[in-house]
Amino acid sequence: MDRRTTIKWVLAAGAAWPLIEAPTAAAARPATAGYGTDPSLTRDYRPGELWPLTFTPGQRRLVAILADIIVPADPHSPAASAVGVVDFIDEWVSAPYPQSRRDRPLLLEGLAWLDAESSRRFGMEFAALAAHQELLICDDICAPARAAEAHRAAARFFARFRDLTAGAFYSTLAGREDLGYIGNVPLTHFEGPPAALLAKLNLS
Amino acid sequence: MPFVTADSQRDSYDVIVVGSGAAGGQSAYTLAMEGAKVLMLEAGRHYDPATETPMFKTPEQAPLAGTATPDKPFGFYDATIDGGWQVPGEPYVRASEDDAGRFEWWRARMLGGRTNHWGRISLRYGPYDFKPHSRDGLGLDWPVSYADIAPYYDKVELLVGVYGSNEGLENTPDSPSGCLLPPPAPLVSDLLIAQRARRLGIPAIPGHRAVLTRPLDARANPARLHPHNATARRILAADMRARAACLWATPCGRGCSIRANYQSTTVHLPPALASGNLDITTDAMVYEVTLGRDGRASGVSFVDRTTQRQRQARARVVILAASACESVRILLNSKSAAGLQGVANSSGRLGRYLMDTVGSSVSGQVPLLESLPPLNEDAADGMQLYTPWWLYREQLAGKLGFARGYHVEFGGGKRMPGHGTGAELEWLTGGSYGARFKEDVRRYYGSFVYFDGRGEMIPNEQSYCEIDPQVKDQWGIPVLRFHWGWSEHERRQAAHMQTTFVDIISAMGGRTREPAQTDGAKAIAPGGSIIHEVGGAVMGADARSSVTNAWCQTWDVPNLFVTDGAVFASNADKNPTLTIMALAWRAADHILERMRRREL
Repeated sequence: MDRRTTIKWVLAAGAAWPLIEAPTAAAARPATAGYGTDPSLTRDYRPGELWPLTFTPGQRRLVAILADIIVPADPHSPAASAVGVVDFIDEWVSAPYPQSRRDRPLLLEGLAWLDAESSRRFGMEFAALAAHQELLICDDICAPARAAEAHRAAARFFARFRDLTAGAFYSTLAGREDLGYIGNVPLTHFEGPPAALLAKLNLS
Repeated sequence: MPFVTADSQRDSYDVIVVGSGAAGGQSAYTLAMEGAKVLMLEAGRHYDPATETPMFKTPEQAPLAGTATPDKPFGFYDATIDGGWQVPGEPYVRASEDDAGRFEWWRARMLGGRTNHWGRISLRYGPYDFKPHSRDGLGLDWPVSYADIAPYYDKVELLVGVYGSNEGLENTPDSPSGCLLPPPAPLVSDLLIAQRARRLGIPAIPGHRAVLTRPLDARANPARLHPHNATARRILAADMRARAACLWATPCGRGCSIRANYQSTTVHLPPALASGNLDITTDAMVYEVTLGRDGRASGVSFVDRTTQRQRQARARVVILAASACESVRILLNSKSAAGLQGVANSSGRLGRYLMDTVGSSVSGQVPLLESLPPLNEDAADGMQLYTPWWLYREQLAGKLGFARGYHVEFGGGKRMPGHGTGAELEWLTGGSYGARFKEDVRRYYGSFVYFDGRGEMIPNEQSYCEIDPQVKDQWGIPVLRFHWGWSEHERRQAAHMQTTFVDIISAMGGRTREPAQTDGAKAIAPGGSIIHEVGGAVMGADARSSVTNAWCQTWDVPNLFVTDGAVFASNADKNPTLTIMALAWRAADHILERMRRREL
């Protein structure tokens, strides 16, 4: 089933949750071998070198848009897509490990649902929506506890996507700087927190 | 000499040591430094912390941002190699798969074993912990007292380097002057937890961990450890000078290339190798102790993993230090002089009284810790402070409903952000996204605290291991089958942990996502998951009820010793590694003395 047919099928079902796997680029199925129990720990790894990636160009575009809706650029740090979050999520859904196996259908179906839902409501794919239209959809699914019955599965997708986006973003230098993390540097002495702060917190 | 293959080993050694972790490392150190010719056999591969430790690596440099996978269960950068709760090609069997009867067996197949990744928590057992049956009528007494072991705790602390303080608390021993290094400064979250816990009558004192908060005294310590051996003093002094103090960054669980914390590979093995008395063969999977016609151990058989061939090694004395369950497995798979299955098992207690630590955890979010200014809180990588068990009197009076105590490992702080940062915040944020989400993550970063209870399990008849009649590993070696059960003491203890931790979080003005889990059966972590498994070849006062005597010497085979956690007759809340090392040192001293007297 190609992408267009998928959307038609979903439309016919009235933006129900698509129970079919969306088309993929390099890997029709996720990889079976991971990095093993004795990988080198001292070299750097890039998404795609250990197992083939999954996303089509269209899916990559959609993931970038959604990741940037969740973590947009602001005066403190760049947007998610500017620091490799799309590659990370592609690596994640393509990995052979149990958590990735569980997340893969949720994410691929969720992306398909986003396009289906935006087609149903606005007559175009999610990537073509105006900002205020994107938010109308996101507001419906951003909180699993509050989501309407019809949006439960989409809300689970959004929550997981947000966790993965945040995890990828805050794992980067830009994310660490955004949070004011100043560790991971060698010190000759560790002095503990400044006295003024402890006094302010009544912890002297 | 040092690293030899099965083909280049000597014909015979004074002592074979099976295993290279805390027990094997300490056994080999003590013996080799005092002149015994030692062969160490390690099932896993060679490992070099100086070149293999991922110091300062950041999550985006790792696959999947370094998250835990079945290949690396404690995260990508964890030091463990070829290890975990499942090891490829080396299965084990669980008699029960349900939560209450499940036992998980952690192994690491690498030089230094799990000392490369452990938490470095180094607590002394107290006087009560060696005589629990005498105190409350439950479990087993050890055939040794705290006074017997105390000098060896001193030695281990002087050798490996442990930070901590002397507080004079009940059953929480002080160390003699010069044994402990100064504790690290506590974090904001540590101090807030301590302040609010004390208001509830719960103590919080400096932790004890095998981390060098300053360099070891390379003059005084070797002189105290080897007063009559100038060569050992010289070797150890040089080695201590080569160990750097902590640089207050990069997690200990990755191992430490500058040797600022204890791992067998950075502390025990280098001086032992420098003595010229230690040979090490890695990839040597020992599967049995061989016995001569006289009933004494003649050596061991092992599979050389590099050639898949079965090999033998011979020695005057055999020490099993392969980890509690692996040592038991080797004994159960060995054949007695009469050809019967199982060695050192005339008591029928081999494999019995397997214990783990009771574990239960709660985390919470504390508004007072929100939006603090940037702080470097890498510190000592945890346990700057902790709570020792504090309700001994109430417990002995029967007021708690469970017989043994627990300590609390707690913490918080602005640790290095990573894959979990910003995840599952809906209970606090209501599901924010966009600019508000980024503000929320900044606000909550560093405001979480965790509490891990670590409690004593009383040995029982349902928790044991035996050889499975069918299943074999990839070399054809029969594997272990585990049976497991908690008693009401452990379940109630876990429930007590839950309510205590939620009370402390409330006293901090904090909140938890879920209420305390007061059903102990649900609050308790599965057996084996805390990775403090001990017992299986317990030491005791007589040959009918135990496997070894007070010197870790098997009752049945006089030149066969077990120096790992298998000999523990109780599993106090204190993490076992320091006690394993103290017992191994004491056993090795005993072996040296007996060898000098030509009794071994």
